[in-house]
Amino acid sequence: MTIPAPTRTPTGSTVLDLVLRFRALGLLLALAVLVGATASVNARFLSGQSVRDLLFAAAVTVLLACGMTTVVLTRGIDLSVGSTLGLAAYLTADAMSGGVPVPLAVLIGLLVGLACGAANGAIVHFGKVPPLVATLGTLYVFRGIVYFTAGGSRVNASDLPGGFLDFGNGTLLGVPYLFLIAAAVLAVVALFLRDYRSGRDLYALGSNPEAAALAGIPAGRRLMTAYALSGTLAGLGGVLYAARFGTVDASAGYGMELDIVAAVVVGGVAIFGGSGTVLGAALGALLLTVIDNALPVLSIPPFWQQAIVGALILAAIALDRLVALRAARALRKKGSHVG
Amino acid sequence: MSDRAPADAAPLWSALRRFASWDAVIIAATALFLVVAASTVEHFGTARNAGHIIVDLAPVLLLALVMTLIVATGEIDLSVASTVGLTGAAMGWMWNHGIALETIMPLTVLLGALLGAVNGLFITGFGLPSLAVTIGTLALYRGLAYVVLGDTAVADWPRDFTGWTLGTIGDTGVPNIVVPLIALALVVGLVLHCTPIGRAVYAAGANPVAAAYSGIAVGRLKCWLYVASGAMAGLVGVFWTLRYSSARADNAYGLELTVVAVVLLGGVSIFGGKGRLPGVLAAVVLLTALQNALRLAHVSTETLTVVTGALLIAAVLAPNLLTAAGDALRSRRRRAAASL
Amino acid sequence: MSRKRLLSITASLLAGVLIAASACGGTTRGDDEGDGPTGTGGTANPDAEYRTGLSFAMLPKQVNNPYFEASSTGAETVAAELGGEYEFTGPSDASASSQVSYIDTLSQQATDVILLSANDPNALCSSLDQARSGGSVVVTFDSDVDPACRDLFVSQVDSAEVGLALLEMTAEQIDGTGEIAVLSATANATNQNAWIDVMRAELESNPSYADMELVEVVYGDDEDEKSFSETQGLLQAHPDLRAIVSPTTVGIAAAARYLSGSEYQGQVALTGLGTPNQMREFVKDGTVTEFALWDPTALGELAAYTGAAAASGIITGAEGEVFTAGDLGEYTVGADGVVTLGPPTRFNAENIDDFDF
Repeated sequence: MTIPAPTRTPTGSTVLDLVLRFRALGLLLALAVLVGATASVNARFLSGQSVRDLLFAAAVTVLLACGMTTVVLTRGIDLSVGSTLGLAAYLTADAMSGGVPVPLAVLIGLLVGLACGAANGAIVHFGKVPPLVATLGTLYVFRGIVYFTAGGSRVNASDLPGGFLDFGNGTLLGVPYLFLIAAAVLAVVALFLRDYRSGRDLYALGSNPEAAALAGIPAGRRLMTAYALSGTLAGLGGVLYAARFGTVDASAGYGMELDIVAAVVVGGVAIFGGSGTVLGAALGALLLTVIDNALPVLSIPPFWQQAIVGALILAAIALDRLVALRAARALRKKGSHVG
Repeated sequence: MSDRAPADAAPLWSALRRFASWDAVIIAATALFLVVAASTVEHFGTARNAGHIIVDLAPVLLLALVMTLIVATGEIDLSVASTVGLTGAAMGWMWNHGIALETIMPLTVLLGALLGAVNGLFITGFGLPSLAVTIGTLALYRGLAYVVLGDTAVADWPRDFTGWTLGTIGDTGVPNIVVPLIALALVVGLVLHCTPIGRAVYAAGANPVAAAYSGIAVGRLKCWLYVASGAMAGLVGVFWTLRYSSARADNAYGLELTVVAVVLLGGVSIFGGKGRLPGVLAAVVLLTALQNALRLAHVSTETLTVVTGALLIAAVLAPNLLTAAGDALRSRRRRAAASL
Repeated sequence: MSRKRLLSITASLLAGVLIAASACGGTTRGDDEGDGPTGTGGTANPDAEYRTGLSFAMLPKQVNNPYFEASSTGAETVAAELGGEYEFTGPSDASASSQVSYIDTLSQQATDVILLSANDPNALCSSLDQARSGGSVVVTFDSDVDPACRDLFVSQVDSAEVGLALLEMTAEQIDGTGEIAVLSATANATNQNAWIDVMRAELESNPSYADMELVEVVYGDDEDEKSFSETQGLLQAHPDLRAIVSPTTVGIAAAARYLSGSEYQGQVALTGLGTPNQMREFVKDGTVTEFALWDPTALGELAAYTGAAAASGIITGAEGEVFTAGDLGEYTVGADGVVTLGPPTRFNAENIDDFDF
């Protein structure tokens, strides 16, 4: 997208670990403070129903944040996730209302997501189009396709199979199924990025593309994997969206991409790639969801919502920068003592 | 990857590539489109329709002027549309508080500059990525616009002023807005292409480290560009409010994507260092006229969405493919020549 | 150093501007009193026939909205009946600025009758003036603009009547006592704000609503997901909430879906404006007792007849003029050129299956 920060110096893994852990701890702390403050104003914020609502709302965001993280790690960005989600949600719901069995309809949603993601990946890798431009373009194109297929029609909850909707609103021991799915995906993606060679390659590609190429990392295949994963998860998000809301029209997921990018940035994934974890991104998504849900409870006028999210993004990236600078300085000092 | 191909290997490709720079292509395409549309689409070629197109493209064109410079330095400003919204909202607030419109207008532009300076400070002062910063201020400024005006719209603007934005110069049928548009485009064009500032912009975008070593204060340059971008957005905030006689928190919502789209379509590289203003101006005209023509031809909104996105990708993809095809052709000829 | 310079430039610029403006006076609020509503001019001929071959265009707040699709069906039927051309066109986002471009296009094409549901009461005026001076008849429906900028407005119902009906249904369902909240559309929506104002005024002044309190108005932006989460926020913020009033079809459906899957089902009453097709299952499962709406198809039909009547010279928009709108019957133009469709229909378990829209 833009030029990499020239001051970024490779830090030792221990310092980096500390920063990342500090980051996750900071997010957890912010979450705890926010939840505590809100609950002290209104104890019902911690009631079973309220927590369930929160987890319902967070499920889709967490899912998309996982996909976005894999793309951002490679120095990319996927602005088309909202449109992909809308397309998958509508096609899935439409198929079901037309009598297609649920598992097949869900598969359709996933495949639509995969196709959208693969298209992004192909344009970025083979077309050599910068990710910001490519996915900004497909944001329009995919949304246009939803408008074409949906037109003015809307799939209503009464058109969808009851079992599918029950699943969308059901819980296991008080935790929504949707959130369990998101958590499982989170765990798998985290494992993939941490322990698998192709996952580690994504970090390498983002930190230093030239070095990664020299080290023999197949950039094309890895990029395709990242975008396809982001697309598929957006497709899965669309399926879950349909299950939770029941009503799907052409505007499903409109404008969602900025929320997801915000969640990932707040979660400490560097926009220049190469650093960050899905766990951080998921915590970022959770924090934004909690803010959304806490504002009405705190009786803060809804008009403030967006301003607060914006301020939070700025605060998060400024804080990251500060921590990174500190860490680099500490490292230099240590180095000079030894040397 | 050497460009030293045998002289006769691919004269067509090299000539094409030298001659057909992207902005020449886009200007030619725009001219061609205007001619074809005027002769095939009913009502397109009238003076009145031209007036509509010009008034419609004004906000995008103004924002794209400074955005071109910012993107040419390798940065981006996604907060422009939110700045238009916030400055417009502030304008409404001041009007409600009985301040004279002649005072409000410069204050609004100044507020825009201030909002741009905040972006500049975060990006060059703290060294943060512009994409992340301006996504943050995109949300922040739009949110503040809602905080300022809430659910109300300020609509009682004096007719002398609102009339001007849509009026024409005498009986010529040329919209008033053409004068500031041409003046500002000329100023920005001259600055970019004929002054050391312009060369510094390209240098900063092409290689910031080298630019810094050659004595260009890259940080300060970028900071001022964000101030200029904010001021321009403030100006558009004034124009938007008066043109629609309505200051609302959601003014110009989502316009940032259109502005970025025309800048890229106009041939400015998102990595910085490349791109010319005439190409961007042509892209603004092309996109607005295309939308106008599609509406006149009763083509549905969905098509507009798809066409915008596809054009954006094609703008970057086409030159890349052309280059790749040229390279492939050349290397095949070289191989053929070697096997002889 | 550069920052200091920036500061000084800014300060001097600011001072200069302020001095200039205060010295020379300036244009402030109230200097320019807008001219009052202007009549269409001309005289009406109540005995004239509907002209055939008129071109109609319907410009909704946004396309891809089932409500306006239904209105469009109504208008299209009338256009076909009168042997005219018909077009349904508009932006895919509900913004005023994109509507302006579409109005400009329609006036360019010299469309005879423009049927418009406005996204902003003022922003469209200059374009509408241009269209009207070019000979188009502008009839707003569903959501009005400044009366000076259009010929007639076809109101689904009187806004006072909607506000009162909403309050009446709410009071019936909660026995006239307790906290109520409103889940509205966008914060700028003309209709919803007018209805909410009526509700507020009535709650203040009518003694039979003395025990009811409107505690909050939230905005779901006519987005399903936003309305859904605003509903859950309302219920958490106000534990004693007795009823939610949602005067928008998107909001009431989202709120009903939330309530039906939560512990609040049956505890918190929900009423407002919704379409029978979307609300049927929630009436059947007991989440919703009664809600209201007008028939959007009939609204589209009446709008088309009104436009055709004005374009044929049967009416001019002056108060008291009478015209016949096909099967819908006879209508009279009210003050400010408003034609009212009729009282909203209330839907409950007994009659909901009689409607399909």
